[in-house]
Amino acid sequence: MHTFDLSMEHITKVEGSAALTLKVENGLVKDVHFALTEYKRFFTEALRGKALAAIPAHLARICGTCSNAHIMASIEACEKALGIGPSPQTKLLRALTMHGLIIRDHALHLYLFSMPDIFGKDAFLDLDENDSIEHQLLHDGFDTKSAGNFLATLIAGRSVHATSPVIGGYLKFPEPAGIADAIKKLVAIRPAVLRLVEVFKNAPFRFDTKTKYMALVPDGSFGYLEGKIMTSAGEVYGESEFRNHLEHVILPYSQASAYTYEGEGYMVGALARLNLAKDKLHPKTKASLPEVLALFPSTDIYLNNVAQAVEILHSVDEAIDILSNNTFTPEPIIKAEVKESVGIGVVEAPRGTLYHKIVLGADGKVVEGEVVVPTGQNQINIERDIGKLVQKMIDEKTIGEEPDKEKIAFEIEKLIRAYDPCMSCGSHFLKVNWT
Amino acid sequence: MPEIVVPKKIRIGWFTFSCCEDNLIVVTEVMNDHWQDWKKLFDFRHFRALKSKNILDELDIAFIEGALASPEHEAKVKEIRDKTKKLVAVGSCAVVGLPAGQRNYFTPEQKESIDFLLTRFEALPSVKKVADVVKVDVEITGCPITPESFLEKVNALVAELRPTLTIN
Repeated sequence: MHTFDLSMEHITKVEGSAALTLKVENGLVKDVHFALTEYKRFFTEALRGKALAAIPAHLARICGTCSNAHIMASIEACEKALGIGPSPQTKLLRALTMHGLIIRDHALHLYLFSMPDIFGKDAFLDLDENDSIEHQLLHDGFDTKSAGNFLATLIAGRSVHATSPVIGGYLKFPEPAGIADAIKKLVAIRPAVLRLVEVFKNAPFRFDTKTKYMALVPDGSFGYLEGKIMTSAGEVYGESEFRNHLEHVILPYSQASAYTYEGEGYMVGALARLNLAKDKLHPKTKASLPEVLALFPSTDIYLNNVAQAVEILHSVDEAIDILSNNTFTPEPIIKAEVKESVGIGVVEAPRGTLYHKIVLGADGKVVEGEVVVPTGQNQINIERDIGKLVQKMIDEKTIGEEPDKEKIAFEIEKLIRAYDPCMSCGSHFLKVNWT
Repeated sequence: MPEIVVPKKIRIGWFTFSCCEDNLIVVTEVMNDHWQDWKKLFDFRHFRALKSKNILDELDIAFIEGALASPEHEAKVKEIRDKTKKLVAVGSCAVVGLPAGQRNYFTPEQKESIDFLLTRFEALPSVKKVADVVKVDVEITGCPITPESFLEKVNALVAELRPTLTIN
């Protein structure tokens, strides 16, 4: 029977740094450790004593790629603590900030990280410019990222660590010329996004991962900022319950924390959102993709890639609508007196539900805070699925045939990439209680 | 006819240490407008965000993002220094060590509360900026860097390393 150790020091084409070790004894997979190897930067410890106004920009530095989602979650937490809420225009600008983020971040993951696996290439840039399909996808990839980046920059000042959104509103407002350019770019990439959906729908990868799915689901149309936390089993939790429904799990080998729900792993992210709320997508998105949307709800982790591509289309359609039907005028920042209070912000970041909690003292300084990121919530399932995948590959071997460790490692990386983990987020530091 | 000498591609590496990778994201966005030129100019030898088969042998330019938080980080950045002609510190964490190294400024009580984690993961007592450990040739500041400053510094390096190449 097969006995071997597999150690992957650096998982590639993911956001951040992660390693994997697993043991196989007598043909049975044991001890799968998916460890986030980013060093802790102690953001939640460092926010103690800071002024509230500094918190969103501080917590954005947890993660480069998800930074604008952290800003949105943090602003919501800080505003709840102050007892204020956004104006109707601010709500639209925040929705657009998220659409820009979703477009550019999902496009980064799908084109640059995951697509090379489909075409048997090492890198997206290795796609063949002399092949008409690959040539098209190369241009599609950078054009789509560029449109998302343009939208995020127009609305939020920057696509990374945005400068315009603050507690109480926005510091800058998009000009008509920029809005017209953004609409033009978004309209231009729509056919590229439809091609992207097709590429991932037709990818020959399948992996069934039965689990519970959880997402912040809006009352109205599909979005990333408001609603209630819902599960695929029908449970509903209010945002103010923070993470009381989740159990914190300490993994001593990882620099990040993991979470379970009712004692088991669960999944957050695009697949969870589509499984729970596909009926709320933009009407144009639904009209363009009836066959694709019929694939959801699904327990196939590789459909997380398809779900991300669908979300890009939704964000394109939704952003075009908002930009076409609104004018934006300068508004003053909503201010409030500081008071001793607790604020909670929950948003759907590209990779899933993101929780921020802030405790404010009477002097206006932050007493403590907590952040729960999507990758920590998916960690238990990632490990479980890697174990199942490797076991399946070993079981399919005929007796005496040696397992191909290189092939196993490639399949593991591919599976991890489907989850789209974000290690920068995972290692920001969560308070660890030793009991 | 004189032989036309095509200059060798510039071998680049991108290395991430303790940080949020915001500069990496900025560079992937700069790439949206420059990827065709970069494919001709650069041999991406070591760039884990972009590819799986990474080689650290002889580099022309090594970009270092992030602060150094462990003895392994120090050893790695020294190895990179030995193998590259130019070493570029990219972004605030690499250039000044912050915010990744914010624990250096914690109160004694805060330091005590995180000490067990530093011990468990064998972290350095204090987080270091890149120049604390190796010679840095070029610094690009910012949290994150701006696309303009990145292009300016990189184009200057390309001109220095391959004077015969024209950059659009």
